[in-house]
Amino acid sequence: MTIELFLQYLFAGITYGSLYAIVAIGFNIIYNTTGIINFAQGEFVMLGGMIAVTLINFVPLPIAIFLAVILTMIIGALIEMIFIRWLESPSVLRMIIITIGLSIIIREVALHVWDESVRSLPYFVGNEISSVTILGTNISPQVLWVVGVCSLMVVALSLFFKFTSLGREMRACAANRRAAILCGINAKNMVTLSFVLSAGIGALAGCVMSPITYTQYDMGPGLAIKGFTVAILGGLGNSFAAVAAGLLLGIIEAFSISVVPLAFQDAIAITILLIILFIRPHGLFGSSEAAGLKEF
Amino acid sequence: MDQVRRIIPVVFLIVFIVAVQLATKYTGTPFYLTQLTMSAYYSLVVVGLCVLMGYAGQISIGHAGFFAIGGYISAALTTHNLLELKDNAFVSLLNKYGVLVLREDLYGETLLTVHPWYACLLAIMTAVIIAFVIGGPVLKLKGHYLAMATLGFGIIIYQIVMATEYFGEADGISEVPSFNILPGIELGGGFEIRVVNYYIAWGLVVFGIIILQNLIHSRVGRALRSIHGSEEAANAMGIHTSRYKLYTFVLSAAFAAIAGVFLTHYNGSIGPSEAGVMKSVRYVAIVAVGGMAHLWGALIMSVILNFLSLRGVFGTYDDAVFGAILIVIMLFAPEGILGLGIFQKLKKIMSGGVSGKTPELQESKTGQKQV
Repeated sequence: MTIELFLQYLFAGITYGSLYAIVAIGFNIIYNTTGIINFAQGEFVMLGGMIAVTLINFVPLPIAIFLAVILTMIIGALIEMIFIRWLESPSVLRMIIITIGLSIIIREVALHVWDESVRSLPYFVGNEISSVTILGTNISPQVLWVVGVCSLMVVALSLFFKFTSLGREMRACAANRRAAILCGINAKNMVTLSFVLSAGIGALAGCVMSPITYTQYDMGPGLAIKGFTVAILGGLGNSFAAVAAGLLLGIIEAFSISVVPLAFQDAIAITILLIILFIRPHGLFGSSEAAGLKEF
Repeated sequence: MDQVRRIIPVVFLIVFIVAVQLATKYTGTPFYLTQLTMSAYYSLVVVGLCVLMGYAGQISIGHAGFFAIGGYISAALTTHNLLELKDNAFVSLLNKYGVLVLREDLYGETLLTVHPWYACLLAIMTAVIIAFVIGGPVLKLKGHYLAMATLGFGIIIYQIVMATEYFGEADGISEVPSFNILPGIELGGGFEIRVVNYYIAWGLVVFGIIILQNLIHSRVGRALRSIHGSEEAANAMGIHTSRYKLYTFVLSAAFAAIAGVFLTHYNGSIGPSEAGVMKSVRYVAIVAVGGMAHLWGALIMSVILNFLSLRGVFGTYDDAVFGAILIVIMLFAPEGILGLGIFQKLKKIMSGGVSGKTPELQESKTGQKQV
């Protein structure tokens, strides 16, 4: 493998890895506040991309993306309020089945609204053939957009959780829900907020990725299972480890193309998921003692 | 007494099966039998999954994978022509021991293929072995992890059949020959053997139900319910929980594989959609609607929903209907439609008793109600 090809694979891996990391962070935000895995996480990414593609016919690109993110956040809030808010201590099995049902419904609605054709947003800067040269390899400027926006999101989220009172309240709920309620935090609103946040970051990631990966109504489940792989790889609930794990999975996938047929590319992520689940269910960076206390 | 109580519903089922067949005969609607036969095979998967989910409390979103393993292996072995490999030592050995048969296809070409009985057995054995191998580590997981691991398994099977030329890639395998189970009894999709096939399918379901019912009401069944209640407590009472879970998993996988083999021969083809995630989710949905730990509920709901779906009643909203069913049932009636206790409430009202929670209703709320 030449150095140039190596870098090409590396950048492709980082691009996809950023997307996986964002989906995984979406999983983690909801998992931390509710203890459930939202199987409809991939659908938020699809909705963001699809809504933006539709809106771009009426408004300029930045406004279309902004509106798409806002609309997806509203959808996330509505889903939480209608389907989850009023359930009293539902079992894990019940929540799994409800969120799977939600992902099917969102997908089917998307199929009837947008049909099954593949769409994409235009490139933010330049077009398909424009490229920038980094370290001697040519990459699309969109890759820089993806990596930039995703890193910005991670930094913004960490600042939000660390320094704003709302973010601190959410973390309090994650750490000890009952104690948080006793301190006067409205835990139910924090759950709604966690759905809004993870819908928002999913939608934004869906928009910036759209020119590269395209947007289709059934892209959700594939993304969800990869996002989940990344979340597990990093240790469920740990958002920063998710970034590292996301990049790792993206790079592994990108390099695997040179070894296994393209058709099996998705199977690699799932095989990694199964191996991790069997060997280190607390993740590469997590501690097994902490994981033992959690209810999966 | 208990024995008799268990036999009555089975007798009812058999009477009902015969009555439906006679009804279609005299009303001139025998075309319904095709969908009823297919529903029977899907129901076989559902009742197997019902014992795993409802009684042992282990979710599996990968059962379409086992269905596909059964169907695809049987289809591939009985369809691919081995005539060119006739001089191969292994093939000629198989031929010598009667594993292979010579037959003619639709165009009069001679084919050398594996005998359906051997293909069937091999397919089921493969599914059972795979279930054994992955069941060990997978069933150590709980909750989300278990759901994701089984989902992952289902997706891997889907990807394998989609990417392997031997399994026909996106086209699947067609022209699967019919299967002579016994001399004179042929498993296939022909019009003239429709009634026989209806009885083969439903006979299999009755047989499966009897096995599962005996299992549930035995020592094993009690062990499974205790695992569902609390795995730690069951373990402390000396129940070998991991072994029971594994055996149930393998049994339900075998049910799915058998259904896959038979339905593939009946339809004469199998496609990758049979291995898809939506199929697995659909089986879970039906078990949930039936009330999780409710074998008869699962069977009734499976026949109704599969029949309506196969008749095309839901149109393009087929998947959406199953998604909506999942959500509504899980939100409002987590014990299934039959678990709402409508019949008990009606009985109460009829007998003039006061409304309220009776002991038997409370029992059904815990999901441990016995059939």
